Amino acid sequence: MLKYKFNPIILLVSRVVSPFIMIFALYVIFHGHYSPGGGFQGGTMFAAALLLIRLAAGFDIAQLQFKKILGTPLGSVGVLIYFGTGFLAMLSGGEFLNYHFLPFAGFKADELRSLGILMVEIGVGLAVLAILVAIYDDLLEGYPHD
Amino acid sequence: MYWEIEIVLFVFLITTALISLFVKDLLAAVVTLNAFSFISALMYVVMGAIDVGFTEAVVGAGVSGIFFVVLIFQTSRRSSD
Amino acid sequence: MKITNWLLLISFGALLVYASFGLPNRGDVSANMHREKSLAGSPGASSYYIRNAYRDAETPNMVTVILADYRGYDTLGEETVILTAGLICYLILRKKRTKLDGKKT
Repeated sequence: MLKYKFNPIILLVSRVVSPFIMIFALYVIFHGHYSPGGGFQGGTMFAAALLLIRLAAGFDIAQLQFKKILGTPLGSVGVLIYFGTGFLAMLSGGEFLNYHFLPFAGFKADELRSLGILMVEIGVGLAVLAILVAIYDDLLEGYPHD
Repeated sequence: MYWEIEIVLFVFLITTALISLFVKDLLAAVVTLNAFSFISALMYVVMGAIDVGFTEAVVGAGVSGIFFVVLIFQTSRRSSD
Repeated sequence: MKITNWLLLISFGALLVYASFGLPNRGDVSANMHREKSLAGSPGASSYYIRNAYRDAETPNMVTVILADYRGYDTLGEETVILTAGLICYLILRKKRTKLDGKKT
């Protein structure tokens, strides 16, 4: 059984390390056009930072950071961003997921495709982040924590 | 080209896989499985697939280890061997 | 019985090692999958991606362009699989489950 014992060293170290992991995860998501990485890797790293706080500080304190009820809805929002990008291109005259037809004025064709890739990566990252945290919370469900 | 590094990585890969199969303690098995995943990520990087190696390092050595540890702490062993 | 298991294991491993000799070398330029045209004469996909990825999407990382633009449907299916896994974990492992007669346990 998972018993939470207060340990100041582990709590301090994870409090210091976790924001840097989050910053690097955001870098991986938004810099995925130019360096290896992308939505899946960045979202998983962000989820790892949240799970680090959840492991170190206990379940109840970590609710202040990321609420348990937020998990599955945020994952659905992430998948809906992906579908919405596809349908946005379809509504303005193109095929499904053809970013050339996205309705943003003032962009050339290749820049429009780059923007579409960025929107898709944000959707992927949000979905993966929320669903990994939700799976962790579901695993702890029903057991006396803390 | 990098065959020296690859031979060392293969030896460590097979060693960690055998240890995680035959060890008795479940937590030690999880830790060696994470080491196996990390070494396979290094092998992907040596072979040139950096994206796949990144994914393997983050998912296999990061998050799945946390899930395994939580599951092991929540199940209890009934027989006393 | 144990000898049979080991013999099966060793023979299967030897078969795998023998089959791996037929694969092309790593980074072989003249392998089938790296050719400009396939054996049937149709143009190969990989050379098209390598040539046109930057011009099509203004993105230096070729892997991102292939994953999110050329093969967008695959990433969409991957996302749907992850969402389904999360929903199944929520449905199986949640705390309050109703029995068949409608009572909360």
